[in-house]
Amino acid sequence: MTWVRLALANLTLSPLTTAVNVLLMALGTASIVLLLLAGFQLAQTMSRDAKDIDLVVGAQGSPVQLILSAVYHADIPPGNIKLAEAQRWMDDPRVARAIPLSLGDSFRGFRIVGTTPEYVELYNANLASGRLWSETMEAVVGSAVAGAARLGVGSTFAGAHGFVEGGHVHDTQPYRVVGVLAPTGTVLDRLVVTSLQSVWDIHDSDHDHDHDHDHDHDHDHDQHDDHDHEKHGHEEHADQKHGDDKDDHDHHGHEEHNNDAHTHKKHDDESHDHDEHAEHDHSDHGHDEHAHDGHDEHKHESHHHDGHSDEQHAHEEQEHHDHEKHADSDHDHDAHEHEHEHNNGHESHAHQTNEDTEITALLITYNSPLAATSLPRQINAAGALLAAAPAMEVARVLQLVGVGMTALNAFAWVLVATAALSIFAALYGSLRARRGELAMLRCLGATRSELSYYLIVEGLLLSVMGVTLGFLAGHVMMEGVAQWLASSRGVVMTGWLWVPTQTLLLLGLFLVGIISALIPATQAYRTDVARTLAEG
Amino acid sequence: MPEATPTNTSTAVVEANALTFSYGTREVVNIEHFQLAAGESIAVIGPSGCGKTTFLHMLAGLLKPTSGRIHLLGSDITAMSDTELDHFRGQQVGMVFQRLLLMPALNVRQNVELAQQLARKPRDKARIDALLKQLSLVDFAQHKPRMLSQGQAQRVAIARALVHNPALVLADEPTSALDDEQAVQALTLLKETATSAGAALLVVTHDQRVRGQLDRELEMGLPT
Repeated sequence: MTWVRLALANLTLSPLTTAVNVLLMALGTASIVLLLLAGFQLAQTMSRDAKDIDLVVGAQGSPVQLILSAVYHADIPPGNIKLAEAQRWMDDPRVARAIPLSLGDSFRGFRIVGTTPEYVELYNANLASGRLWSETMEAVVGSAVAGAARLGVGSTFAGAHGFVEGGHVHDTQPYRVVGVLAPTGTVLDRLVVTSLQSVWDIHDSDHDHDHDHDHDHDHDHDQHDDHDHEKHGHEEHADQKHGDDKDDHDHHGHEEHNNDAHTHKKHDDESHDHDEHAEHDHSDHGHDEHAHDGHDEHKHESHHHDGHSDEQHAHEEQEHHDHEKHADSDHDHDAHEHEHEHNNGHESHAHQTNEDTEITALLITYNSPLAATSLPRQINAAGALLAAAPAMEVARVLQLVGVGMTALNAFAWVLVATAALSIFAALYGSLRARRGELAMLRCLGATRSELSYYLIVEGLLLSVMGVTLGFLAGHVMMEGVAQWLASSRGVVMTGWLWVPTQTLLLLGLFLVGIISALIPATQAYRTDVARTLAEG
Repeated sequence: MPEATPTNTSTAVVEANALTFSYGTREVVNIEHFQLAAGESIAVIGPSGCGKTTFLHMLAGLLKPTSGRIHLLGSDITAMSDTELDHFRGQQVGMVFQRLLLMPALNVRQNVELAQQLARKPRDKARIDALLKQLSLVDFAQHKPRMLSQGQAQRVAIARALVHNPALVLADEPTSALDDEQAVQALTLLKETATSAGAALLVVTHDQRVRGQLDRELEMGLPT
């Protein structure tokens, strides 16, 4: 205790040197601690998010991108895949669990994930309130989403197109929150989870909205006008309209067709019809998935033609008729619209599960680890899909990140080495000035060993102060980073944890402190008291 | 210590016999017999290089004599190990130098305290208080050495040399840096304090002002 007190007192003699040494050591230590804590939590979070996901199947592209988008929701997906193609692998006997994900929209930067309740089970998430979704447009929100957006059971919100804020808002189709998840410490906390159907519905109307808003609505009208004016002319058109019996028939037929359409309730909206008609008229019958409604209509129509006139209609006439129909249908569609709004049908969902339905990715859990040897290779060999194992891709990403981490870590250790050198220099430099003092201590009864101990204690004190300050600063900085990440990215980290490696680090740094004092301590041990005193 | 010399008496604090010290082939100290009793004081006077400091260092156990024996309180310190010597010296010897070598980081009281601690003696606050009072240092107890005058610092060094009640007090040129008045004062204080504590005092100096101040004097000439 005598020596610790004496060493402490000595350090106050040259406060500037002491401060510089302590700060140097603190700076290096803080950097190492920060990197250690961040790296540990990053790896921990990444492995927790990918827990029980053995394989991700998605569109072809970069495997890392697929993992980042489908598991960590930190990248845009490489594309979509056909559910029908994915189904083959979902049914594979080697697959214990396959969870489909459909991505595309977000809410205030939080991604909306269309999936099955199994996805929530994957992370062992519990409901903090409410229930899971059962109908379309019902959503369950993660704890971070609920907190950041102040959502609770019963709240509604509109998803936005894309993954960043500022995308087109689907405000006509709001989600309703039916459940809030308890925090899991995983990526799930930052997600909005809903049924696949909800995402598909939005996705479908997305197409229409896009057409409407972006360009197609006006464009279609122009097209029709062009046709009327250029190809057939107003007069001809008018003549046909008023004079021709066949046209009357056509009108009837057309009306009937309209009624048909009404009863079938197949029109989604106005522009939809325009597109279909246009396609029908000027190209082959549309094979576009949206076109088959129109296709049916025209079948009806042509049937009428056949029934009401003995002779085959000239192609021209038919065209006239079509154009006319378009002219009329401007009115009709108004009527349609009203009808359709009432009948925003459940039937329309039925056709969603057809072979063109798309998902973004499939999260697969193997039945046995053996599947890892065959399944990914088989999926990739099949060609259409990409299979990537999170563990492998994460290792690859961490390796890349690791290079930077290693460089930073090396730099931090250079700081520590500098601090150790600085402590050594301070102690060694003071030895000359303190030779008399050390000799006097021997006269007062101190042994050689005690003088060595005294110097080591002094070096160690500098290290302990620096390391303590550094650990404190490292944890505080980590907490700062965690707070910042939580507010900006919703990443769950903290500064208040103790990583086992830190204990080792602590001992290592103290060792550095002792080593820095070793040479001065040896010098002190060798002090020739008689000569030192005789030198005066 | 196992070996007792025939000339050992109960009153002799320190006793040296056939003591020589050589730097290489050059013999600087050659003393046939030396003895100092408790409460006694002696001035060893001689020019620089006469070996008087070497003699003092040998008595303190800081140097091993080339030949001969030194007994301190009956113990043969020439047969002791370094560590034994350090401990023995810490307990039984007090030292004052021309360079005072006070610990700059410690205040007056702490400097005195340190000697008590290094002597491995129980903390004796009363002894420290008494010494500080005797040496008129009470008002400066909390002062760091750099805030003291030369005379005050000298008194702190004396207090430090006596706080652990040593049997032998060794002083090397304690007065050389002082003016006449201070030199007499310091020497008087040193003698009074040592004597009142029952310690034997040996002052090594080339300072002629010391003459006549102590009980005995020993002249040392330059070695031939």
